[in-house]
Amino acid sequence: MADLCDLPAHELTRRLRAGEVSASDIAESCLARVDAVDERVGAFLTVTADLAREQAMAVDERLRAGEDLGAVAGIPLALKDVLATQGVTSTCGSRILHNYVPPYDATPWRRLRKNGAVLVGKTNCDEFAMGSSTENSAFHPTHNPWNLDTVPGGSSGGSAAAVAAGEAVWALGTDTGGSVRQPASLCGVVGLKPTYGLVSRYGLIAFASSLDHVGTLTRSVRDAATLLSAIAGRDPRDATSVDQDPLDYTHGLDDGVDGLKIGVVDGTFSEGVQEGVRARIREAVARLAALGAEVGEVELEHSDYAFSAYYILSPGEASSNLARYDGVRYGHRADGASDVVEMMMRTRGEGFGDEVKRRIILGTYALSAGYYDAYYGQAQKVRTLVIRGYEKAFERFDVVLSPTSPTTAFRIGERVDDPVAMYLSDIFTIPADLAGVPSISVPCGLDDAGLPVGLQFTGRALDEVTVLRVARAFELDLGFEARPPLLASLT
Amino acid sequence: MPVDIDIDHVARLARLALTDEEKDRLRVQLGLILEYAARVQEVAAEDVPPTAYAVPRSNVLRPDEPQPSLSHEDAIAGAPEVEADRFKVPRIVEQE
Repeated sequence: MADLCDLPAHELTRRLRAGEVSASDIAESCLARVDAVDERVGAFLTVTADLAREQAMAVDERLRAGEDLGAVAGIPLALKDVLATQGVTSTCGSRILHNYVPPYDATPWRRLRKNGAVLVGKTNCDEFAMGSSTENSAFHPTHNPWNLDTVPGGSSGGSAAAVAAGEAVWALGTDTGGSVRQPASLCGVVGLKPTYGLVSRYGLIAFASSLDHVGTLTRSVRDAATLLSAIAGRDPRDATSVDQDPLDYTHGLDDGVDGLKIGVVDGTFSEGVQEGVRARIREAVARLAALGAEVGEVELEHSDYAFSAYYILSPGEASSNLARYDGVRYGHRADGASDVVEMMMRTRGEGFGDEVKRRIILGTYALSAGYYDAYYGQAQKVRTLVIRGYEKAFERFDVVLSPTSPTTAFRIGERVDDPVAMYLSDIFTIPADLAGVPSISVPCGLDDAGLPVGLQFTGRALDEVTVLRVARAFELDLGFEARPPLLASLT
Repeated sequence: MPVDIDIDHVARLARLALTDEEKDRLRVQLGLILEYAARVQEVAAEDVPPTAYAVPRSNVLRPDEPQPSLSHEDAIAGAPEVEADRFKVPRIVEQE
Protein backbone atom coordinates (compact mmCIF):
# COMPACT_ATOMS: atom_id res chain seq x y z
CA MET A 1 0.00 0.00 0.00
CA ALA A 2 1.24 3.46 -0.84
CA ASP A 3 2.25 5.79 1.97
CA LEU A 4 0.16 8.93 2.48
CA CYS A 5 2.95 11.03 0.95
CA ASP A 6 2.55 9.11 -2.33
CA LEU A 7 -1.15 9.88 -2.76
CA PRO A 8 -2.55 12.64 -4.97
CA ALA A 9 -3.63 15.81 -3.21
CA HIS A 10 -7.32 15.38 -4.07
CA GLU A 11 -7.35 11.93 -2.44
CA LEU A 12 -5.66 13.32 0.69
CA THR A 13 -8.21 16.14 0.82
CA ARG A 14 -11.04 13.59 0.61
CA ARG A 15 -9.59 11.57 3.47
CA LEU A 16 -9.00 14.70 5.56
CA ARG A 17 -12.60 15.83 5.12
CA ALA A 18 -13.90 12.34 5.91
CA GLY A 19 -11.84 12.34 9.09
CA GLU A 20 -9.93 9.24 7.98
CA VAL A 21 -6.53 10.91 8.42
CA SER A 22 -5.23 14.06 10.07
CA ALA A 23 -3.03 16.74 8.50
CA SER A 24 -0.43 15.74 11.09
CA ASP A 25 -0.45 12.13 9.80
CA ILE A 26 0.14 13.41 6.26
CA ALA A 27 2.93 15.77 7.34
CA GLU A 28 4.65 12.99 9.30
CA SER A 29 4.46 10.75 6.24
CA CYS A 30 6.30 13.33 4.10
CA LEU A 31 8.85 14.09 6.81
CA ALA A 32 9.54 10.36 7.23
CA ARG A 33 10.10 10.12 3.47
CA VAL A 34 12.51 13.05 3.61
CA ASP A 35 14.41 11.24 6.38
CA ALA A 36 14.47 8.04 4.35
CA VAL A 37 15.65 9.39 1.00
CA ASP A 38 16.91 12.96 1.06
CA GLU A 39 20.45 12.06 2.04
CA ARG A 40 20.59 10.33 -1.34
CA VAL A 41 18.33 12.64 -3.38
CA GLY A 42 19.38 16.01 -1.96
CA ALA A 43 16.16 17.75 -2.99
CA PHE A 44 16.11 20.17 -0.06
CA LEU A 45 18.30 23.03 1.08
CA THR A 46 16.18 23.60 4.20
CA VAL A 47 13.70 21.18 5.75
CA THR A 48 11.14 23.04 7.86
CA ALA A 49 10.00 20.08 9.96
CA ASP A 50 8.95 22.11 13.01
CA LEU A 51 7.01 24.58 10.91
CA ALA A 52 5.33 21.74 8.98
CA ARG A 53 4.20 20.07 12.23
CA GLU A 54 2.92 23.39 13.59
CA GLN A 55 1.01 24.17 10.38
CA ALA A 56 -0.46 20.65 10.21
CA MET A 57 -1.67 20.90 13.80
CA ALA A 58 -3.28 24.24 13.05
CA VAL A 59 -5.14 22.66 10.11
CA ASP A 60 -6.32 19.80 12.31
CA GLU A 61 -7.64 22.30 14.86
CA ARG A 62 -9.49 24.25 12.17
CA LEU A 63 -11.01 21.03 10.84
CA ARG A 64 -12.08 20.01 14.35
CA ALA A 65 -13.70 23.41 14.75
CA GLY A 66 -15.78 22.60 11.68
CA GLU A 67 -14.12 25.03 9.27
CA ASP A 68 -14.56 24.23 5.59
CA LEU A 69 -11.00 24.40 4.33
CA GLY A 70 -9.93 24.56 0.68
CA ALA A 71 -8.08 22.09 -1.50
CA VAL A 72 -4.56 22.99 -0.35
CA ALA A 73 -5.20 22.71 3.39
CA GLY A 74 -3.06 20.09 5.08
CA ILE A 75 -1.23 19.17 1.87
CA PRO A 76 2.58 19.14 2.24
CA LEU A 77 4.27 21.53 -0.17
CA ALA A 78 7.85 22.25 -1.17
CA LEU A 79 8.98 25.64 -2.43
CA LYS A 80 11.91 26.37 -4.70
CA ASP A 81 14.43 28.41 -2.77
CA VAL A 82 14.03 31.45 -5.06
CA LEU A 83 10.62 32.15 -3.47
CA ALA A 84 10.77 34.38 -0.40
CA THR A 85 9.50 32.83 2.83
CA GLN A 86 9.24 35.06 5.86
CA GLY A 87 11.49 33.82 8.65
CA VAL A 88 12.84 30.91 6.57
CA THR A 89 16.23 31.20 4.84
CA SER A 90 15.89 31.77 1.09
CA THR A 91 19.21 31.35 -0.67
CA CYS A 92 18.41 31.05 -4.39
CA GLY A 93 21.04 28.30 -4.32
CA SER A 94 23.69 31.02 -4.02
CA ARG A 95 26.53 31.70 -1.61
CA ILE A 96 25.75 35.40 -1.89
CA LEU A 97 22.39 34.81 -0.12
CA HIS A 98 23.47 31.90 2.11
CA ASN A 99 22.22 33.71 5.21
CA TYR A 100 19.28 35.66 3.75
CA VAL A 101 16.07 35.46 5.79
CA PRO A 102 13.33 37.41 3.97
CA PRO A 103 11.14 39.77 5.99
CA TYR A 104 8.09 38.94 3.82
CA ASP A 105 6.36 36.10 1.95
CA ALA A 106 6.13 35.67 -1.81
CA THR A 107 2.49 36.15 -2.85
CA PRO A 108 1.90 32.55 -4.08
CA TRP A 109 3.20 31.21 -0.76
CA ARG A 110 1.23 33.79 1.23
CA ARG A 111 -1.96 32.62 -0.52
CA LEU A 112 -1.21 28.96 0.11
CA ARG A 113 -0.16 29.54 3.72
CA LYS A 114 -3.40 31.38 4.51
CA ASN A 115 -5.32 28.43 3.11
CA GLY A 116 -3.60 25.90 5.31
CA ALA A 117 -0.74 24.62 3.17
CA VAL A 118 2.00 22.80 5.07
CA LEU A 119 5.60 23.72 4.17
CA VAL A 120 8.01 20.76 4.12
CA GLY A 121 10.95 22.88 3.06
CA LYS A 122 12.86 24.90 0.51
CA THR A 123 14.24 23.05 -2.48
CA ASN A 124 17.57 23.06 -4.22
CA CYS A 125 17.98 24.79 -7.58
CA ASP A 126 20.57 26.11 -9.97
CA GLU A 127 21.97 29.36 -8.57
CA PHE A 128 19.41 32.12 -9.22
CA ALA A 129 17.52 29.60 -11.39
CA MET A 130 20.25 29.68 -14.05
CA GLY A 131 20.78 26.17 -15.33
CA SER A 132 19.17 22.97 -16.52
CA SER A 133 20.58 20.37 -14.13
CA THR A 134 20.60 21.84 -10.57
CA GLU A 135 24.38 21.30 -10.66
CA ASN A 136 24.87 25.07 -10.44
CA SER A 137 23.62 25.11 -6.84
CA ALA A 138 26.33 26.53 -4.57
CA PHE A 139 25.44 23.93 -1.93
CA HIS A 140 25.11 20.43 -3.40
CA PRO A 141 23.77 18.68 -6.48
CA THR A 142 20.35 17.01 -6.49
CA HIS A 143 20.08 13.42 -7.71
CA ASN A 144 17.29 12.18 -9.95
CA PRO A 145 15.17 9.69 -7.95
CA TRP A 146 14.86 7.51 -11.08
CA ASN A 147 18.63 7.05 -11.28
CA LEU A 148 20.79 8.69 -8.64
CA ASP A 149 23.73 9.05 -11.04
CA THR A 150 21.72 11.38 -13.25
CA VAL A 151 20.57 14.99 -12.88
CA PRO A 152 16.96 15.88 -12.03
CA GLY A 153 17.00 18.66 -14.62
CA GLY A 154 16.75 22.28 -13.62
CA SER A 155 16.61 24.80 -12.51
CA SER A 156 13.68 23.62 -10.32
CA GLY A 157 15.38 20.21 -9.92
CA GLY A 158 14.91 20.04 -6.16
CA SER A 159 11.16 20.66 -6.43
CA ALA A 160 10.76 18.06 -9.20
CA ALA A 161 12.85 15.45 -7.36
CA ALA A 162 11.01 16.06 -4.07
CA VAL A 163 7.63 15.49 -5.73
CA ALA A 164 8.86 12.43 -7.65
CA ALA A 165 10.25 10.88 -4.44
CA GLY A 166 7.17 11.63 -2.32
CA GLU A 167 9.07 14.08 -0.09
CA ALA A 168 6.30 16.57 -0.85
CA VAL A 169 2.89 16.04 -2.43
CA TRP A 170 3.41 19.01 -4.70
CA ALA A 171 5.76 21.95 -5.15
CA LEU A 172 6.22 25.35 -6.70
CA GLY A 173 9.06 26.07 -9.07
CA THR A 174 9.90 28.83 -11.52
CA ASP A 175 10.23 28.74 -15.29
CA THR A 176 12.25 31.34 -17.21
CA GLY A 177 13.47 29.14 -20.08
CA GLY A 178 11.93 25.80 -19.11
CA SER A 179 12.94 25.44 -15.46
CA VAL A 180 9.63 23.90 -14.35
CA ARG A 181 8.86 21.74 -17.40
CA GLN A 182 12.32 20.32 -18.14
CA PRO A 183 12.91 18.96 -14.59
CA ALA A 184 9.32 17.69 -14.53
CA SER A 185 10.11 15.80 -17.74
CA LEU A 186 13.36 14.34 -16.38
CA CYS A 187 11.75 13.33 -13.04
CA GLY A 188 8.51 11.86 -14.44
CA VAL A 189 6.14 14.41 -12.90
CA VAL A 190 3.75 17.07 -14.24
CA GLY A 191 5.15 20.59 -14.65
CA LEU A 192 2.89 23.52 -15.53
CA LYS A 193 4.09 26.95 -16.61
CA PRO A 194 1.03 29.20 -16.72
CA THR A 195 0.54 32.30 -18.87
CA TYR A 196 2.95 35.15 -18.09
CA GLY A 197 1.44 37.28 -15.33
CA LEU A 198 -1.26 34.79 -14.26
CA VAL A 199 0.63 34.04 -11.04
CA SER A 200 2.15 36.92 -9.12
CA ARG A 201 5.94 37.12 -8.94
CA TYR A 202 5.97 39.31 -5.84
CA GLY A 203 8.61 37.70 -3.65
CA LEU A 204 10.06 35.64 -6.49
CA ILE A 205 13.69 36.69 -6.39
CA ALA A 206 14.16 37.95 -9.94
CA PHE A 207 16.29 36.37 -12.66
CA ALA A 208 14.87 37.76 -15.95
CA SER A 209 11.77 39.78 -15.22
CA SER A 210 10.17 39.67 -18.66
CA LEU A 211 10.48 35.86 -18.70
CA ASP A 212 10.11 34.68 -15.08
CA HIS A 213 7.01 32.61 -14.31
CA VAL A 214 5.94 30.76 -11.16
CA GLY A 215 4.75 27.22 -11.98
CA THR A 216 3.67 23.98 -10.36
CA LEU A 217 5.20 20.50 -9.99
CA THR A 218 2.70 17.77 -9.18
CA ARG A 219 2.15 14.06 -9.73
CA SER A 220 -1.06 14.52 -11.70
CA VAL A 221 -2.69 17.03 -14.03
CA ARG A 222 -5.64 17.29 -11.64
CA ASP A 223 -3.29 18.38 -8.85
CA ALA A 224 -1.69 20.93 -11.19
CA ALA A 225 -5.14 22.43 -11.87
CA THR A 226 -5.93 22.51 -8.14
CA LEU A 227 -2.65 24.13 -7.15
CA LEU A 228 -2.84 26.68 -9.97
CA SER A 229 -6.35 27.65 -8.86
CA ALA A 230 -4.96 28.42 -5.40
CA ILE A 231 -2.13 30.71 -6.53
CA ALA A 232 -3.42 32.45 -9.69
CA GLY A 233 -4.91 35.90 -9.83
CA ARG A 234 -4.22 39.61 -9.77
CA ASP A 235 -1.79 40.96 -7.21
CA PRO A 236 -1.44 44.72 -6.73
CA ARG A 237 2.17 44.06 -5.69
CA ASP A 238 3.12 42.74 -9.14
CA ALA A 239 2.47 45.31 -11.86
CA THR A 240 2.76 42.61 -14.54
CA SER A 241 0.05 40.41 -13.05
CA VAL A 242 -2.97 40.10 -15.34
CA ASP A 243 -6.54 41.09 -14.56
CA GLN A 244 -8.16 37.70 -14.53
CA ASP A 245 -10.98 36.63 -12.26
CA PRO A 246 -10.08 33.63 -10.11
CA LEU A 247 -10.99 30.40 -11.92
CA ASP A 248 -11.38 26.84 -10.78
CA TYR A 249 -9.07 25.14 -13.27
CA THR A 250 -10.40 21.68 -12.36
CA HIS A 251 -13.68 22.53 -14.15
CA GLY A 252 -13.86 20.91 -17.57
CA LEU A 253 -10.71 18.93 -16.89
CA ASP A 254 -12.30 15.65 -17.95
CA ASP A 255 -13.91 16.90 -21.17
CA GLY A 256 -11.49 14.91 -23.33
CA VAL A 257 -9.83 15.78 -26.64
CA ASP A 258 -12.52 14.66 -29.08
CA GLY A 259 -12.60 17.22 -31.89
CA LEU A 260 -9.70 19.30 -30.56
CA LYS A 261 -6.98 20.21 -33.03
CA ILE A 262 -3.44 19.36 -31.96
CA GLY A 263 -0.38 20.45 -33.95
CA VAL A 264 2.85 18.45 -33.77
CA VAL A 265 5.69 20.99 -33.76
CA ASP A 266 8.19 20.79 -36.59
CA GLY A 267 11.44 19.38 -35.18
CA THR A 268 9.75 16.97 -32.78
CA PHE A 269 11.26 13.98 -34.58
CA SER A 270 14.53 15.65 -35.63
CA GLU A 271 17.95 14.11 -35.15
CA GLY A 272 18.73 16.21 -32.10
CA VAL A 273 15.98 14.37 -30.23
CA GLN A 274 16.99 11.06 -28.61
CA GLU A 275 15.50 7.98 -30.27
CA GLY A 276 13.91 6.87 -26.99
CA VAL A 277 12.16 10.22 -26.68
CA ARG A 278 10.99 10.18 -30.31
CA ALA A 279 9.52 6.68 -29.86
CA ARG A 280 7.40 7.69 -26.86
CA ILE A 281 6.23 10.90 -28.54
CA ARG A 282 5.23 8.95 -31.66
CA GLU A 283 3.10 6.66 -29.49
CA ALA A 284 1.59 9.67 -27.74
CA VAL A 285 0.56 11.23 -31.04
CA ALA A 286 -1.15 7.96 -32.05
CA ARG A 287 -2.92 7.82 -28.69
CA LEU A 288 -4.28 11.36 -29.05
CA ALA A 289 -5.53 10.62 -32.55
CA ALA A 290 -7.23 7.47 -31.26
CA LEU A 291 -8.93 9.58 -28.58
CA GLY A 292 -10.52 11.69 -31.31
CA ALA A 293 -8.14 14.64 -31.61
CA GLU A 294 -7.41 15.98 -35.07
CA VAL A 295 -3.63 15.80 -35.27
CA GLY A 296 -1.58 17.68 -37.87
CA GLU A 297 1.90 19.10 -38.34
CA VAL A 298 2.74 22.70 -37.60
CA GLU A 299 5.75 24.94 -38.03
CA LEU A 300 6.31 27.46 -35.24
CA GLU A 301 7.76 30.24 -37.35
CA HIS A 302 10.99 31.79 -36.05
CA SER A 303 11.09 29.42 -33.09
CA ASP A 304 14.52 28.30 -34.33
CA TYR A 305 15.73 31.78 -33.37
CA ALA A 306 14.07 31.71 -29.95
CA PHE A 307 17.10 30.05 -28.37
CA SER A 308 19.42 32.79 -29.62
CA ALA A 309 17.07 35.57 -28.52
CA TYR A 310 16.71 33.98 -25.10
CA TYR A 311 20.47 33.94 -24.54
CA ILE A 312 20.55 37.69 -25.08
CA LEU A 313 17.37 38.74 -23.28
CA SER A 314 17.70 36.60 -20.16
CA PRO A 315 21.37 37.38 -19.37
CA GLY A 316 20.69 41.05 -20.13
CA GLU A 317 17.87 41.20 -17.62
CA ALA A 318 19.81 39.06 -15.15
CA SER A 319 22.82 41.38 -15.25
CA SER A 320 20.51 44.22 -14.27
CA ASN A 321 18.47 42.31 -11.64
CA LEU A 322 21.54 40.87 -9.96
CA ALA A 323 23.14 44.31 -9.57
CA ARG A 324 21.31 44.49 -6.22
CA TYR A 325 23.71 41.97 -4.65
CA ASP A 326 26.30 44.52 -3.62
CA GLY A 327 27.03 43.49 -0.03
CA VAL A 328 25.20 46.49 1.44
CA ARG A 329 21.68 45.51 2.52
CA TYR A 330 21.70 41.72 2.82
CA GLY A 331 23.69 38.62 2.04
CA HIS A 332 27.41 38.06 1.82
CA ARG A 333 29.99 40.88 2.06
CA ALA A 334 33.72 40.45 1.33
CA ASP A 335 36.05 41.42 4.16
CA GLY A 336 38.86 43.93 4.13
CA ALA A 337 38.04 46.11 1.12
CA SER A 338 39.33 49.67 1.37
CA ASP A 339 36.63 51.37 -0.68
CA VAL A 340 33.06 50.68 -1.63
CA VAL A 341 33.65 49.70 -5.27
CA GLU A 342 36.33 47.19 -4.30
CA MET A 343 33.96 45.82 -1.63
CA MET A 344 31.20 45.32 -4.21
CA MET A 345 33.48 43.75 -6.82
CA ARG A 346 35.00 41.30 -4.35
CA THR A 347 31.64 40.51 -2.72
CA ARG A 348 30.21 39.57 -6.09
CA GLY A 349 33.37 37.73 -7.19
CA GLU A 350 33.24 35.59 -4.03
CA GLY A 351 29.46 35.25 -3.83
CA PHE A 352 28.48 34.20 -7.35
CA GLY A 353 29.24 30.86 -9.01
CA ASP A 354 30.53 30.24 -12.55
CA GLU A 355 27.20 30.16 -14.40
CA VAL A 356 25.93 33.36 -12.79
CA LYS A 357 29.20 35.13 -13.58
CA ARG A 358 28.98 33.88 -17.17
CA ARG A 359 25.49 35.33 -17.59
CA ILE A 360 26.26 38.62 -15.83
CA ILE A 361 29.22 39.21 -18.13
CA LEU A 362 27.25 38.09 -21.21
CA GLY A 363 24.29 40.31 -20.29
CA THR A 364 26.41 43.31 -19.40
CA TYR A 365 28.20 42.99 -22.73
CA ALA A 366 24.95 42.68 -24.71
CA LEU A 367 23.54 45.79 -23.03
CA SER A 368 26.72 47.87 -23.17
CA ALA A 369 27.16 50.98 -25.32
CA GLY A 370 27.53 50.12 -29.00
CA TYR A 371 26.08 46.61 -28.76
CA TYR A 372 22.53 47.20 -27.48
CA ASP A 373 20.81 47.52 -30.87
CA ALA A 374 22.60 44.58 -32.43
CA TYR A 375 21.86 42.26 -29.55
CA TYR A 376 19.13 43.22 -27.06
CA GLY A 377 17.08 45.37 -29.46
CA GLN A 378 17.24 42.76 -32.20
CA ALA A 379 16.37 39.95 -29.75
CA GLN A 380 13.25 41.85 -28.70
CA LYS A 381 12.18 42.02 -32.34
CA VAL A 382 12.78 38.31 -32.77
CA ARG A 383 10.60 37.84 -29.71
CA THR A 384 7.77 39.60 -31.53
CA LEU A 385 8.21 37.20 -34.44
CA VAL A 386 8.16 34.17 -32.10
CA ILE A 387 4.85 35.42 -30.66
CA ARG A 388 3.46 35.85 -34.19
CA GLY A 389 4.58 32.31 -34.97
CA TYR A 390 2.44 31.00 -32.13
CA GLU A 391 -0.50 33.19 -33.15
CA LYS A 392 -0.34 31.73 -36.63
CA ALA A 393 -0.15 28.16 -35.28
CA PHE A 394 -3.14 28.79 -33.01
CA GLU A 395 -5.23 29.91 -35.98
CA ARG A 396 -5.22 26.25 -37.01
CA PHE A 397 -4.67 24.36 -33.77
CA ASP A 398 -5.98 24.49 -30.17
CA VAL A 399 -2.69 23.29 -28.71
CA VAL A 400 0.72 22.34 -30.07
CA LEU A 401 2.76 19.36 -28.97
CA SER A 402 6.49 18.58 -28.79
CA PRO A 403 8.95 16.77 -26.54
CA THR A 404 9.63 18.77 -23.37
CA SER A 405 13.33 17.95 -23.46
CA PRO A 406 15.30 16.47 -26.37
CA THR A 407 16.83 13.93 -23.98
CA THR A 408 16.02 12.03 -20.82
CA ALA A 409 18.06 12.63 -17.66
CA PHE A 410 21.79 12.89 -18.37
CA ARG A 411 24.64 11.91 -16.06
CA ILE A 412 25.80 14.27 -13.35
CA GLY A 413 28.89 16.11 -14.58
CA GLU A 414 28.32 15.28 -18.25
CA ARG A 415 27.56 18.80 -19.46
CA VAL A 416 29.05 21.10 -16.79
CA ASP A 417 32.00 22.16 -18.95
CA ASP A 418 29.95 22.68 -22.09
CA PRO A 419 27.53 25.59 -21.54
CA VAL A 420 26.05 25.43 -25.05
CA ALA A 421 25.20 21.70 -24.73
CA MET A 422 23.60 22.45 -21.37
CA TYR A 423 21.63 25.40 -22.79
CA LEU A 424 20.29 23.20 -25.62
CA SER A 425 18.36 21.16 -22.99
CA ASP A 426 15.79 23.94 -23.16
CA ILE A 427 15.40 24.17 -26.92
CA PHE A 428 11.73 23.06 -26.84
CA THR A 429 10.74 24.98 -23.69
CA ILE A 430 12.22 28.43 -24.37
CA PRO A 431 9.73 29.61 -27.05
CA ALA A 432 6.74 29.46 -24.65
CA ASP A 433 8.60 31.63 -22.14
CA LEU A 434 9.37 34.23 -24.80
CA ALA A 435 5.71 34.24 -25.89
CA GLY A 436 4.31 33.98 -22.35
CA VAL A 437 1.87 31.23 -23.36
CA PRO A 438 0.82 28.38 -21.05
CA SER A 439 2.71 25.12 -21.38
CA ILE A 440 2.71 21.82 -19.53
CA SER A 441 4.94 18.75 -19.39
CA VAL A 442 3.30 15.39 -18.65
CA PRO A 443 4.95 11.98 -18.25
CA CYS A 444 4.93 10.05 -21.50
CA GLY A 445 6.46 6.72 -20.46
CA LEU A 446 10.04 5.55 -19.97
CA ASP A 447 12.94 5.12 -22.39
CA ASP A 448 14.98 1.90 -22.68
CA ALA A 449 17.12 2.97 -19.73
CA GLY A 450 14.02 3.29 -17.54
CA LEU A 451 14.17 7.09 -17.47
CA PRO A 452 11.05 9.25 -17.85
CA VAL A 453 10.15 11.02 -21.10
CA GLY A 454 8.08 14.22 -21.00
CA LEU A 455 5.45 15.37 -23.49
CA GLN A 456 4.78 19.10 -23.77
CA PHE A 457 1.49 20.79 -24.69
CA THR A 458 1.38 24.54 -25.29
CA GLY A 459 -1.75 26.64 -25.77
CA ARG A 460 -3.06 30.15 -26.32
CA ALA A 461 -2.41 32.88 -23.74
CA LEU A 462 -4.75 32.45 -20.74
CA ASP A 463 -6.16 29.23 -22.16
CA GLU A 464 -4.84 27.05 -19.33
CA VAL A 465 -8.19 25.26 -19.39
CA THR A 466 -7.55 23.65 -22.79
CA VAL A 467 -3.91 22.87 -22.07
CA LEU A 468 -4.87 21.13 -18.81
CA ARG A 469 -7.76 19.32 -20.46
CA VAL A 470 -5.58 17.83 -23.21
CA ALA A 471 -2.87 16.90 -20.72
CA ARG A 472 -5.47 15.25 -18.48
CA ALA A 473 -6.96 13.22 -21.33
CA PHE A 474 -3.51 12.00 -22.31
CA GLU A 475 -2.54 11.20 -18.71
CA LEU A 476 -5.73 9.17 -18.15
CA ASP A 477 -5.31 7.23 -21.37
CA LEU A 478 -1.61 6.46 -20.77
CA GLY A 479 -2.13 5.50 -17.13
CA PHE A 480 1.51 6.14 -16.20
CA GLU A 481 1.87 4.31 -12.88
CA ALA A 482 5.63 3.74 -12.73
CA ARG A 483 7.45 5.15 -9.69
CA PRO A 484 11.18 5.70 -9.14
CA PRO A 485 12.94 2.39 -8.30
CA LEU A 486 14.36 4.15 -5.22
CA LEU A 487 10.92 3.98 -3.62
CA ALA A 488 10.53 0.23 -4.14
CA SER A 489 13.56 -0.33 -1.90
CA LEU A 490 11.84 1.44 1.00
CA THR A 491 9.22 -1.18 1.75
CA MET B 1 33.40 33.47 -36.05
CA PRO B 2 33.77 33.63 -32.25
CA VAL B 3 33.14 37.11 -30.87
CA ASP B 4 36.02 38.79 -29.06
CA ILE B 5 35.03 40.44 -25.77
CA ASP B 6 36.99 42.95 -23.67
CA ILE B 7 36.41 41.04 -20.43
CA ASP B 8 38.19 43.55 -18.16
CA HIS B 9 36.00 46.40 -19.35
CA VAL B 10 32.77 44.39 -19.06
CA ALA B 11 33.70 43.01 -15.62
CA ARG B 12 34.33 46.55 -14.40
CA LEU B 13 30.91 47.65 -15.72
CA ALA B 14 29.33 44.67 -13.92
CA ARG B 15 31.27 45.35 -10.69
CA LEU B 16 32.50 41.78 -10.74
CA ALA B 17 36.00 40.76 -9.60
CA LEU B 18 37.29 37.87 -11.74
CA THR B 19 40.49 35.87 -11.45
CA ASP B 20 42.78 35.62 -14.49
CA GLU B 21 41.78 31.98 -14.86
CA GLU B 22 38.08 32.95 -14.87
CA LYS B 23 38.70 35.65 -17.46
CA ASP B 24 40.47 33.23 -19.80
CA ARG B 25 37.69 30.69 -19.51
CA LEU B 26 34.92 33.25 -19.94
CA ARG B 27 36.59 34.77 -23.00
CA VAL B 28 36.45 31.40 -24.77
CA GLN B 29 32.99 30.32 -23.55
CA LEU B 30 31.30 33.66 -24.17
CA GLY B 31 32.77 33.80 -27.66
CA LEU B 32 31.04 30.50 -28.43
CA ILE B 33 27.75 31.45 -26.76
CA LEU B 34 27.67 34.78 -28.58
CA GLU B 35 28.21 33.01 -31.87
CA TYR B 36 24.85 31.31 -31.24
CA ALA B 37 23.19 34.40 -29.80
CA ALA B 38 24.31 36.58 -32.71
CA ARG B 39 22.08 34.51 -35.00
CA VAL B 40 19.26 36.90 -34.08
CA GLN B 41 21.01 39.31 -36.47
CA GLU B 42 20.21 36.99 -39.40
CA VAL B 43 16.50 37.72 -39.04
CA ALA B 44 15.23 40.56 -41.20
CA ALA B 45 13.18 42.48 -38.67
CA GLU B 46 13.65 46.14 -39.52
CA ASP B 47 9.93 46.94 -39.51
CA VAL B 48 9.09 44.59 -36.64
CA PRO B 49 8.32 46.30 -33.32
CA PRO B 50 10.25 45.04 -30.28
CA THR B 51 8.43 43.14 -27.51
CA ALA B 52 9.49 43.91 -23.96
CA TYR B 53 6.77 41.84 -22.24
CA ALA B 54 4.69 39.07 -23.76
CA VAL B 55 1.54 40.31 -22.05
CA PRO B 56 1.81 44.07 -22.45
CA ARG B 57 0.58 46.32 -19.66
CA SER B 58 1.39 49.94 -19.07
CA ASN B 59 0.72 52.58 -16.43
CA VAL B 60 -0.45 50.05 -13.88
CA LEU B 61 -1.48 52.09 -10.87
CA ARG B 62 -3.07 51.37 -7.54
CA PRO B 63 -5.09 53.74 -5.35
CA ASP B 64 -2.74 56.08 -3.50
CA GLU B 65 -3.61 54.91 -0.01
CA PRO B 66 -1.08 54.67 2.81
CA GLN B 67 -0.40 51.10 3.89
CA PRO B 68 1.89 49.55 6.47
CA SER B 69 5.36 48.94 5.07
CA LEU B 70 8.48 47.12 6.14
CA SER B 71 9.68 48.26 9.57
CA HIS B 72 13.08 49.90 9.88
CA GLU B 73 14.19 47.03 12.10
CA ASP B 74 13.19 44.38 9.55
CA ALA B 75 14.75 46.32 6.69
CA ILE B 76 18.22 46.35 8.25
CA ALA B 77 18.00 42.95 9.97
CA GLY B 78 19.95 41.17 7.20
CA ALA B 79 22.60 43.84 6.62
CA PRO B 80 26.25 42.74 6.79
CA GLU B 81 27.13 45.84 8.80
CA VAL B 82 24.96 48.37 10.61
CA GLU B 83 25.77 51.48 12.60
CA ALA B 84 23.28 53.76 14.32
CA ASP B 85 20.39 51.91 12.63
CA ARG B 86 21.85 52.53 9.18
CA PHE B 87 23.59 50.41 6.54
CA LYS B 88 27.32 50.83 6.97
CA VAL B 89 29.64 50.71 3.93
CA PRO B 90 33.35 51.36 3.35
CA ARG B 91 34.29 54.94 2.48
CA ILE B 92 32.75 56.25 -0.73
CA VAL B 93 33.98 59.87 -0.85
CA GLU B 94 37.69 60.71 -0.81
CA GLN B 95 38.79 62.65 2.27
CA GLU B 96 40.53 66.01 1.70
